[in-house]
Amino acid sequence: MLDAAFFYAFALLAVTGAVLTVTRRNAVHSAIWLIVSLLGVAGLFLLAQAEFLFAVQIVLYVGGIMVLFLFVIMLVNLDRAMKESQFSKQWPVALAVAALAGFGLTAVFRKAGAVLPPMASPAEQGNTQWLAQVLFRQYLLPFELASVVLLVAMVGAVLMARKKEGARS
Amino acid sequence: MITSTHYLVLGAILALIGTVGVLTRRNVVVILMSIELILNAANLNLVAFARELNQIQGQVFAVFIIAIAVAEASVGLGILIALFRNKETVDAGEIDLLKW
Repeated sequence: MLDAAFFYAFALLAVTGAVLTVTRRNAVHSAIWLIVSLLGVAGLFLLAQAEFLFAVQIVLYVGGIMVLFLFVIMLVNLDRAMKESQFSKQWPVALAVAALAGFGLTAVFRKAGAVLPPMASPAEQGNTQWLAQVLFRQYLLPFELASVVLLVAMVGAVLMARKKEGARS
Repeated sequence: MITSTHYLVLGAILALIGTVGVLTRRNVVVILMSIELILNAANLNLVAFARELNQIQGQVFAVFIIAIAVAEASVGLGILIALFRNKETVDAGEIDLLKW
């Protein structure tokens, strides 16, 4: 019962944050509401017994990515963009596409929704310990590949944001 | 009783909101934020299935998705800064060099 109350509270937080992220005019407000949405999802991770992901979500998303976003918003001058229309001219088409996707998902849920069993009992092992064991044994190669992806992203970000000196790139 | 279906429906709602944001907004910063929303919805689904099947693999994949999301956000924002330096705009509609 308490479980359900927490679920709906966090779900409301996540959905409200998401809607306001998409609709706010000021990009800084969007970023703040995105933080709210991410915190709601973090709470849902906690409810689904993913404690490690809960911590990662808060430290990395809210602490890292959102600070990055806010930095970039401060760097680029958004005053002019704020005065213009916020939605592209093709927004009816976009909404139609999204509605179509929504109908498709609803159809899938109507078909499969009743089949999904209730959640299994919690594991005896600690979440972080279990995750580390699987991650560093079974998924060691993808883990290393992810580090390479991050390195490439780092180099790419520096290269993109760098000031060009003279005519040579 | 909260079942996995609740999580999946919520994930679908969040992904749809993110899709609307990506498709309709003109500000590139907000488009990147909407992509983060979509990736979060995918994570929610993975975590719900990991819980339901009592396996950890879903959470491992969520960790990978978070890593990819970080890479995507950093490169995207780097491109945005380069774009702003060259064209003085953050409007996705004005980026039309490849359009004919």
